[in-house]
Amino acid sequence: MIKLEGVSKTYASGAHPALQDISLDIEKGEFVFLVGSSGSGKSTLLRMMLKEERPTTGTIYVAGKDLNKLQSWKLPALRRGIGTVFQDFRLLPNKTVEQNIAFALEVIGRPRAHVKKVVPEVIELVGLEGKEKRYPDELAGGEQQRVAVARAFVNRPPLLLADEPTGNLDPTTAVGIMKLLDRINRTGTTVVMATHDSNIVDQMRKRVIQLHHGEMVRDQARGVYGYLT
Amino acid sequence: MRMGFVAEEIRVGFRRNFTMTIAVIVTIAASLALFGAGLMVRAQVSTMKDYWYDKVQLSIFLCGDNSQVPSCSGGAVTPAQRTAIKADLLAQAPLVEAVFYESKKQAYQRFVKQFANSAIVQNVSASALPESFRVKLSDPSQYSVIQSQFAGRPGVEQVQDQRKLLDKFFKLLSGLQTVALGIALAMLLVTVLLVVNTMRVAAFSRRREIGIMRLVGASNWYVRLPFIAEAAVSAFFGATLAGGVLVAIKHFGIDQRLAPEYQFTTFIGWNALWQIIPVVYIVGIGIAVASSALSLRRYLRV
Repeated sequence: MIKLEGVSKTYASGAHPALQDISLDIEKGEFVFLVGSSGSGKSTLLRMMLKEERPTTGTIYVAGKDLNKLQSWKLPALRRGIGTVFQDFRLLPNKTVEQNIAFALEVIGRPRAHVKKVVPEVIELVGLEGKEKRYPDELAGGEQQRVAVARAFVNRPPLLLADEPTGNLDPTTAVGIMKLLDRINRTGTTVVMATHDSNIVDQMRKRVIQLHHGEMVRDQARGVYGYLT
Repeated sequence: MRMGFVAEEIRVGFRRNFTMTIAVIVTIAASLALFGAGLMVRAQVSTMKDYWYDKVQLSIFLCGDNSQVPSCSGGAVTPAQRTAIKADLLAQAPLVEAVFYESKKQAYQRFVKQFANSAIVQNVSASALPESFRVKLSDPSQYSVIQSQFAGRPGVEQVQDQRKLLDKFFKLLSGLQTVALGIALAMLLVTVLLVVNTMRVAAFSRRREIGIMRLVGASNWYVRLPFIAEAAVSAFFGATLAGGVLVAIKHFGIDQRLAPEYQFTTFIGWNALWQIIPVVYIVGIGIAVASSALSLRRYLRV
């Protein structure tokens, strides 16, 4: 699903490289935690998978495509196959729950009938039945994140990238979101999640890739958060 | 492309950016009205040129009883002189295409008709107006040939090139046209800058939506179309206002004021206006679309 070969990223002003010689392979259907302290390069790595940023050197393959060689007009097609969830939810405050989710389909030109069919399905999947007409600021943080997950997943992407999705949530709510991501993973969707929430990583027992100052220091199947924070 | 969705985005954009949109519409209307007025003046000049150049180009005024010039020292033109002048004029064919004689009485009738609304008619008698030959030339620029032959000849008071009189007027008009188009050009430049800035503000106020659109893989056109369409709709309203101004100029200014007062010449008809207004629309919408597309290339890079 994702393959990195010798990926490095250097910023002109940075004292040390943001990422240094990262090589890894993520199979289809895997659930992978990217762990490490703030500034270790987790977010940069996720942004590169979306081609929001380019590596200084090295090659990234997503869904079999070399991102360095991907023409810019094909970028939207790539992103349609990737769902994204962020710490700050990024919902539109002037749209209701169902409008927020439908927006993701409307802007890629999906027909109205299709939107009407799949939006209730995904609302049910994330457990927000009855809250379709609510606005984001009427929802609790965990519910808002469920809306964001629903929006990321409504187009059924084969890959879901989550950047600290539980960062703004209390532990109990965070567990709910993790269960949701796990359920999505079980449908065959590859999930890559950056986090520094050790409880969650320890509980899930999934593959853990640890970054420290831009270097990959650990890649462990069924790992725990570890001590290097 | 889901047009209903795009239309909704435009509506929301308008509401959100109301004051800027009004500014864009008014600026576009003002610059397009000036631009259209410039085109109208140009059409007016060419209408008048066609009208006048097609008519008499040369007037040979004959001596009257009170003529002061040396060639009239023998008093009013004699019938023999008049016949000779006409024969000599006709001998200049093919340069001279036609010669019309206008008697004092005919001149007076024409004068009365032209100045029907004016008090001046009461102060002028038929005898005060000169009789004349009106000459139509096949090539109006060859005026000097006739001028040199007939000026100063006994019985001829004056040879007058009508075009010269008109040219002054046309110069004034084309000066007006240049000024109008110059101001229009400056205004259009202002319009471009305003549209660019409005797009920037609009893109900023919708940055969340744009961010999400990019993230979920909306194509470039889906992201940009609402903005470009918004600019086009503004330009459409502006052009409609400008068209209204032009129609008002034609109806109230030309048809109701100028035309009754200056009956000796023609004014542009409605068909000229129906040619100008589509140009106004195309230029307005074209400029708005081009400048918004240009600014979005900078602010909405995927």
